[in-house]
Amino acid sequence: MSQASEAETASELAAQLAAGSLRARALVERSFARLDALDPQLHAFLFTRRAAALSEADESDARRARGQARSALDGLPIALKDNIVQAGEPASCASRILAGYVSPFDATVVERLRGAGLVIVGRTNLDEFAMGSSTENSCAGPTRNPWDLERSPGGSSGGSAAAVAAGIVPAALGSDTGGSIRQPAALCGVVGMKPTYGRVSRYGLVAFASSLDQIGPLAHTAADCALLLETIAGHDPKDSTSLPEPAPSLSQALSGEVSGLTLGLLREADDPSGVAPGVRVRVHGAVAELERAGAKLRDVSLPHVRHAIAAYYLIATAEASSNLARYDGVRYGHRAADAPGGITALYERTRGEGFGAEVKRRILLGTYVLSAGYYDAYYKKAQQVRTLLRRDFEAAFAGCDAIVLPTTPETAFRLGEKLSDPLALYLSDVFTVSANLAGLPGVSVPCGLDAGLPVGLQILGRPLEDATVLRIADAYQRRSAHHRARPPR
Amino acid sequence: MSRDFETVIGLEVHVQLRTRTKLFASADVSYGDAPNHHVTPVCLALPGALPVLNGAAVELAARAALVTHCKLHPHSVFARKHYFYPDLPKAYQISQYEEPLATGGWLEIETPEGGARRIGITRIHMEEDAGKSMHEPGDPETQVDLNRAGVPLVEIVSEPELRSPEEAGAYLRKLRQLLRWVEATDADMEKGQLRCDANVSIRPRGETRLGTRTEIKNLNSFRFVEAAIKAEVLRQRELLEDGGQVQQATLGFDPERGRLFVMRLKENADDYRYFPDPDLIPLLLPEERIERIRAALPELPDARTQRFESAYGLSAADAGTLVSSRALADWYEAAARAHGNAKHVANWVLRDVLAALKERDAEVEDVRLAPEQLAALLRLVDAGSVTPKSARSLLPELLFEGGDPERLVRERGLEAVADTGALEAAVDEALAAHPNAVASFAAGDAKSLNFLMGQVMRRTGGKADPGRVRELLAERLARR
Repeated sequence: MSQASEAETASELAAQLAAGSLRARALVERSFARLDALDPQLHAFLFTRRAAALSEADESDARRARGQARSALDGLPIALKDNIVQAGEPASCASRILAGYVSPFDATVVERLRGAGLVIVGRTNLDEFAMGSSTENSCAGPTRNPWDLERSPGGSSGGSAAAVAAGIVPAALGSDTGGSIRQPAALCGVVGMKPTYGRVSRYGLVAFASSLDQIGPLAHTAADCALLLETIAGHDPKDSTSLPEPAPSLSQALSGEVSGLTLGLLREADDPSGVAPGVRVRVHGAVAELERAGAKLRDVSLPHVRHAIAAYYLIATAEASSNLARYDGVRYGHRAADAPGGITALYERTRGEGFGAEVKRRILLGTYVLSAGYYDAYYKKAQQVRTLLRRDFEAAFAGCDAIVLPTTPETAFRLGEKLSDPLALYLSDVFTVSANLAGLPGVSVPCGLDAGLPVGLQILGRPLEDATVLRIADAYQRRSAHHRARPPR
Repeated sequence: MSRDFETVIGLEVHVQLRTRTKLFASADVSYGDAPNHHVTPVCLALPGALPVLNGAAVELAARAALVTHCKLHPHSVFARKHYFYPDLPKAYQISQYEEPLATGGWLEIETPEGGARRIGITRIHMEEDAGKSMHEPGDPETQVDLNRAGVPLVEIVSEPELRSPEEAGAYLRKLRQLLRWVEATDADMEKGQLRCDANVSIRPRGETRLGTRTEIKNLNSFRFVEAAIKAEVLRQRELLEDGGQVQQATLGFDPERGRLFVMRLKENADDYRYFPDPDLIPLLLPEERIERIRAALPELPDARTQRFESAYGLSAADAGTLVSSRALADWYEAAARAHGNAKHVANWVLRDVLAALKERDAEVEDVRLAPEQLAALLRLVDAGSVTPKSARSLLPELLFEGGDPERLVRERGLEAVADTGALEAAVDEALAAHPNAVASFAAGDAKSLNFLMGQVMRRTGGKADPGRVRELLAERLARR
């Protein structure tokens, strides 16, 4: 472990860019230098856009020189998960079925990033179509955890988390359907934020499960996440599920204070039999730090949380089976070679060749879940559980301002360790899926190392209270140095 | 001896709403342009594209629901209907399923026997159209045109309460008239803007259970609807009479041969795996908005027919004809108001204007004559300044080119011979020239009067007022 000697957080880099002591060109070159040095082992990136990024960095420097910076983050390098589309760039979703596909349009978040002058350096690896928790379900092969190359960075935004943790980029965007930002953030020792559902436009995010998907930032600090979220959040007429409320200023809410706030320690996530001791100890330590900073503590319970995993995997697979039906080889992407059997055979071969095993498993599950005769027993029932869970959260939030729990029950697992047992991997999402089912904001913050591997503290807030969870995470980071820890080089 | 069967028909009618853009995309709704010209990432189902509901379509669908007496639901839900087909880009159609826009309405039709009957409407829901798959003869490839993909439709489902092909035709005509009346649709059937699926079964009269039904798909003209149902009823009847059974099936209709063909046999129900579309929020129509839409509706055809009967003294048949389209009713009524004698104007419109339109295969929308100018023309006729015959001869030109009737009459020298001296001279000449006719009239042959009328008209170049000529002739003949 080494302490950072140079500025590395987005906020620090932005300050240097503003002061003129650092140029965007140098910063982007540094990103590519680190990428060249580290990514052959990490495999965090699927695509890079070196020439375009360098020329955009020059434009940013020219703007700064004219005093026309588009935002505080103008010139900052950033990476996109490869399921967020950018015009003229590939969007493979780590799937063979989108091989060769180039998007003709920008995601709304891409428009907003570029509007603020950020420089997109490349597209990061993920589990195919964001389905997985290890980044091993990628047609391009897994990403490795910078803390231990034999281990998984988590997933599905494993590429984004690894890229930030390894210092290739100061920030990245990911998507979180059941923990896909928070879990890899925890396993890679960075901050990852899933905003309130609807806070960030999903236009241009390749859909996995529409009612659960949300784009969010990964960076070293909660303050950085606040800056990034401010940049990308807000109503978007192109996304009907985007919240009409204007996105509040988040950075201003980061007072460093937690006195007056009550934190609910989630009883169901504090069970010694369900959480690794090293994780439990560090989460308790972080909560104690917040208590010392003035937060009140109390126990809370979510009685229906034990059904969350089941409900999540019913809803997510049902929606996925529908969202992925469009990949039929007719209009774009992979198409199987012509052979007898007509259109049905073409669909079967195209999809059979194009999708990986985990995606097929989920399409099959989801198709079954939505079938006539099973719909009521599975999909409807899961939606009812979702309502019950939402009510549980409402009741819990009546007595606290945020709920704290581990992001994951364990630290990073070895690559391949869980491939043979998909159910075990599904179960490891137990602490993250509830926030998606209830649409809540949640953030994972590094709270220490266990046997050299990062542990994440998760903070969940009321819907729309993205500022509160970031404020708590920021207050914790002002009192701890865990986010300054860097993987061994 | 053949048993007595009752025919049971239910119609599912797809109507294209009259919007500028698609139901969930900003692409233009258009017809006849180059393939795949009107497509956006949403129409193509590109990765990351999301649907956004077109508010104008909701307004038009709501009108359709209101004029068919349906209950508009303040909360309805878009659902995904899944099936794989090359012209369905998402592999699902966004439709409405468990919670449709509207339910429980009715339409009153006139039955072929002359009575009136209410036909129940089960539901109205909004959905998007699919694209078009095209197969060139001899080419094994399928070409897909997605211009139509995402075009807004309402599907209007009737109860199985229609009892004959003619009733089905009457229902469809009434539906089209109403929806066009409130400008919810252009319902241009040649462009496929109104398409109909017919569910047909028969059962022994008195039986309350429904027989096995077949569904005839995609009928796009009134004539085909009636012809296809007629053929299917006959086929089912022959099957049952021969001791056979009707098999549930989806049928197509070949209008050129007037024959049905089996598209597929339904062994078990399709599973479309409907579920609420998570990309869209529920469609909310607050009471106030429904009331605003209702209040903005024009006077509807039935009310207008009744008013034409009571206020203008028209027969039910005449009033009904004038109300066949809102444009015609509006045009007629403006002319009637400008003229003052509504009945008189109705006679002209029903006889002469409609004949002129039919002659040119035109619609009232093509007419360029202001209704006030029809009134002006008729006033010239009333005053005897132009004969009805002359007025009639000018009508087509006036209708399709417009213009000032009075000036046109003058320019063409068609002023009626109103000068009594000149008329009397013409009458005297005619009598002098045809003593035989005068004699046979005196002997009681009334037809001779018509002959003499013709002679006078010829001498005046047709510009004499026939009433006045008849009067003068009668006077003169009586004096002899």
